[in-house]
Amino acid sequence: MNAATVAGGSFGGLTEQYCTFWVDDLYFGVPVDGVQEVLRHQPMTPVPQASEAVRGLINLRGQIVTAVDLRVRLGLPPRADDALPMNVIVRNRGEVVSLLVDDIGDVIDTSGHGGSELEAPPTNMPPQVQQVVLGVRPLDESILLVLDADKAVDVSAAPESVNG
Amino acid sequence: MDDDAEIIAEFLVESHENLDQLDRDLVELEQHPGSRELLSSIFRTIHTIKGTSGFLAFGRLERLTHVGETLLSQLRDGEKAMTPPIAEALLRMVDTVRALLDVIERTGKDEDESVEVAPVAAVIEALLAGVEPEAEVPDELPAELPAELPDVLPVVLATPELALAGAGVTPGVSGNGALPTAPPDSQEQAVVVAPAVASYVAEAVPATGEPEPHPDPAEDAAERRTVVDSSVRVDVDLLDNLVQLVGELVLTRNQLLQRSEISDDVELVRASQRLDLVASELQESVMKTRMQPIGQVWAKMPRIVRDLSHQLGREVDLTMEGHETELDRSLLEALRGPLTHLVRNSLDHGIERPEDRLAAGKPRSGKLLLRAFHESGQVVVEITDDGKGIDPDKIAAVAIERGVVSREQIARLDTKEIVNLIFRPGFSTATEITNVSGRGVGMDVVRTNIERIGGSVDLQSEVGRSTTVRVRIPLTLAIIPALVVGEGAERYAIPQANLVELVRLEGEDLERSVERLAGAPVLRLRGKLLPLVSLSEALGGEPEQVEALTVVVLQSDDLRFGLCVSAVHDTQEIVVKPIGRQLKNLTMYAGATIMGDGRVALILDVAGIAASRRIEATENEVTEVRAVDEDAVALLVLEVAGGQRAALPLSAVARLEEFPRDRVERTGGSEVVQYRDGLLPLVRLAPAIGLPDSSFDSEQISVVVHERDDRAVGIVIDRVLDVIETSVITSQVGHRYGVTGSAVVQDRVTDLVDLEAVVARTGVGA
Repeated sequence: MNAATVAGGSFGGLTEQYCTFWVDDLYFGVPVDGVQEVLRHQPMTPVPQASEAVRGLINLRGQIVTAVDLRVRLGLPPRADDALPMNVIVRNRGEVVSLLVDDIGDVIDTSGHGGSELEAPPTNMPPQVQQVVLGVRPLDESILLVLDADKAVDVSAAPESVNG
Repeated sequence: MDDDAEIIAEFLVESHENLDQLDRDLVELEQHPGSRELLSSIFRTIHTIKGTSGFLAFGRLERLTHVGETLLSQLRDGEKAMTPPIAEALLRMVDTVRALLDVIERTGKDEDESVEVAPVAAVIEALLAGVEPEAEVPDELPAELPAELPDVLPVVLATPELALAGAGVTPGVSGNGALPTAPPDSQEQAVVVAPAVASYVAEAVPATGEPEPHPDPAEDAAERRTVVDSSVRVDVDLLDNLVQLVGELVLTRNQLLQRSEISDDVELVRASQRLDLVASELQESVMKTRMQPIGQVWAKMPRIVRDLSHQLGREVDLTMEGHETELDRSLLEALRGPLTHLVRNSLDHGIERPEDRLAAGKPRSGKLLLRAFHESGQVVVEITDDGKGIDPDKIAAVAIERGVVSREQIARLDTKEIVNLIFRPGFSTATEITNVSGRGVGMDVVRTNIERIGGSVDLQSEVGRSTTVRVRIPLTLAIIPALVVGEGAERYAIPQANLVELVRLEGEDLERSVERLAGAPVLRLRGKLLPLVSLSEALGGEPEQVEALTVVVLQSDDLRFGLCVSAVHDTQEIVVKPIGRQLKNLTMYAGATIMGDGRVALILDVAGIAASRRIEATENEVTEVRAVDEDAVALLVLEVAGGQRAALPLSAVARLEEFPRDRVERTGGSEVVQYRDGLLPLVRLAPAIGLPDSSFDSEQISVVVHERDDRAVGIVIDRVLDVIETSVITSQVGHRYGVTGSAVVQDRVTDLVDLEAVVARTGVGA
C-alpha cells in the first residue's frame, strides 16, 4: 500500500525501460518503475464540477483512484464513442492516478538506441503536448514521447473543454 | 487503585525497554570507556527509573538507582574513569533493577526479600568512596575457570588412557615395577582435580544464579504472559494502513455477499458467510488496536482541577468515571483540548466560591464529575458540576444584546435551546475576563472542534443546581453512517451527522409549500423558511420540473437548508476514503466511498454545497429582513374551525408541537398532555374565540406552545399556515371575547387572538 513515491518525472537519464501506450496517434512512454499496473477499461464514477480532464473515480481494489483522460489533457479530439480507454496506473507524489489512454504497447528497452540522454521535444508540437512531454527518443520505427507524469496528472493546467 | 496499577504497568513496560537498551549501552561502554554519549544515555535511563520509583514509592528500587545514578553522574562528568569493576557493578545494578521490576510486576511492591539490594548498593558505594573492591565478586568466578581448566582437563582425559594402557600392559609386563605405579598416581591426580572442578562449577552456578532471582521460568512463563511480553509498540502508520486494508476487505466481502446471495452454490454461500463473520471480527479487532482509554485524558485532570481551584479560590471534589472507555487515538487527541476547556469553564463559571456556596445552602466544596461511557456506538463524555447553573433569561438577554439571535427567534426556542446558545460564535457570558476563561477561546470553538471530529455537544442546566455538558463523539472516523441518495445515474453519500430530516412533497403540498423568491426556491417547513438547493443543479445539471420533491434537510453549524434529491436509497455504514489532489479544490465533496456493488460513490460535504450555492446562516437573513422593516410584527398565521384564519404574535409562541389525539388526557374539566416531564394544559382555540371546534377531526392535534414564566399552555389549532412579517392595521371589526380585532393579512381577514383571554380559560394564571 505504502509504496515508495516514484515521481514519474524525476528520473535522470538512467531509466531505459518504458511502459508504452498510444493516445490518438502519439506514441508515449513512462518509465516502468513509475507504473503500478496496466488495466483494461474500468467502470468509473463521474465527478461533477471537476476539471474536464478528470473522467471519474475508479475503485482499484478498495483504493479510490482518479482517472485523468490524456486526450483531454493533451487537447486532442475525443475518442470514438465505442472506444473504451485503457488505464495506465501511475504512482505520483504518494498518490495513485490512472491515465486513460487509447491502447497499450509493450514495455520497451531503449538502451540500444543512441545515448542515454533524451532529446528535447520538437518546438513545433502543440504547446499542450509539449508541456507534458519530458523529452523524445527516436526509435527505429517510431518516436517515443516520454511523458512527464507529474505534469500530466496536474489537471489544473488542462485545457478547458477544447472540443466541447 | 486502578490508576496505580495502570501507571505501574506503563512504568514496567517502559523500564524493561530501557533496561535492554541499558545492557547494550553498558557493554558498548566497556569497549569505548570514554563515550560521553553512552554515559549520558545510561544516566538518563537510570534517572528516569529512579524518578518514577520515588513517585510510586518503591523505596528499595529508588535507593539502588540513586547510588547507581550518583556513580554514573561521576563517570559522565569525568570525575571517575570507567574500570572493569565499575562496569561490573553497574551491570549487577541493572540485573538487580530488573529483578526488582519482576518482583513489582508480580506483587505490585518491591519489598520481596529474595532480591537483595544492599550488597550491590554497598559495592557501588564503596566504588564511590574510591575503594576498588577485591575481585571477590562471585560473578567473576566463571571468568577464572577457563584459565585453570586447560591444566586440569588433559590430566583427567589422560587418565582412562593410562588406565587402559596399564590394564593392557600389566598382564604381560607384570615384572616391571615402574608401570603399575603410574596409573595410581595419575588416577589420584584425577580424583583430586575432579572435585576441584566440580566445586568450582558448583560454586559458580549459584553465584551467577543469585543476582538473577528470576522465579523458575518454566513454571511461570507458562502461566502468564508478563506485562512486557503482552504488549508491543507498533508504528501508528502501520496501524492506519491495517485499518485501511481491513476497510477494503470489508468492502470486498460486501461484494462477495451480494453475489453469493443469488448463487446456488451451497459451499460458496457457506464460505462467504464464514468470511462475513471473520471479516467482521477482524474489523472489530483492528479497530480496537487504535483504541485508547480515555483515562489518558482523565489522568491530566486532577492536576488541572487542583491548580485552577487554587487560582480561582474554589474548593472542588473531582470524581472521574469510565477511565477504561476507549476511543480512536486520533479522536482522543482531538478531544483533549475541548475537554480541558469545558473543565475550566465548570470551575470558572459553574462552581461558586465556598462562601457563596454556603450562603446558597450547599456544601463548601463543589462537585465536578467527569463521566465517559459508550452509548449506541458513540462515546459520551459528560462534565457535570453542581454549581450555579446557567440562567436562560440571562443567556437570552445577552444573546439578543450581542445580536446572536433576534427576539422573535428567542421566542421560538425552548429553555434548552436558549442555554445552548452559548455555543454560538460571538457569545461569551463571562462578566469579567479571568485568567482562566475569556482568553478568546469560547464555547463556539469547543463546539467547532468537537464537530470537526464528527461529534456533537449540548448542555443542560438547572439554575442554581447544576450544569451538565454532554459531548458525543463517534468511536472512529474511518467508518461513518451515511444516507445514500441518488441523482442521475449516480449515488452520493451524505454523512448522517448532517442529516436533520427527510421531507417528501407531492402535488398540492408541493405547490403550496415551495415558492420562489427572486428565483430562489424556499420551502415553508413548520413556520420556517428553508432555502432549497437542487442537488442536480449543484452538480452542474439543468433545473428540471418535477412532480414530487424529496427534500433532505441538512444542518452544518448554523446553516440549515434543504437538498432536493431525485431518490433516497438507504442509510449504511460507509468507509471514508480520501480523493486525489486533482479534486481537492472541489469543496462540495468530503471524500469518496465504495458501495456494495464495487462502484465508487462521492461523499457530499454539506458545508461545501451550501457555500457553492451561497447559502448563508438563516439567522443572518432574518436579521437583515427585520432591519428593513422596523414596524413589522412577526405573526404566526393559523387555520381554525375548518378554514377560518387567526394569527398570534410569533413572540408569544415558544414551540409548535404535534401530538397524537390519544395522548390527550383529562384532569377535572381540562384537557392535558404529558409533555417534557410535566403536564401541558390544552385550550382549544376555536371555541375560545367563539368559533365551532373542528380540531377533533384529525388523528394528530397541532399545538402552539405558549410559555409564560415557568408555565406553559398548549393552544390547539387546526394547522399552521404561515409565518409572516407585516405591519398590521387592526380593525375593531370582529372584536369579541378572545379576539382583539381583525386585520387583513395576506389579503385575507384574519382574527388577531387575544392571548391573555385564551390562556385564562385553562385556569393557568395569565
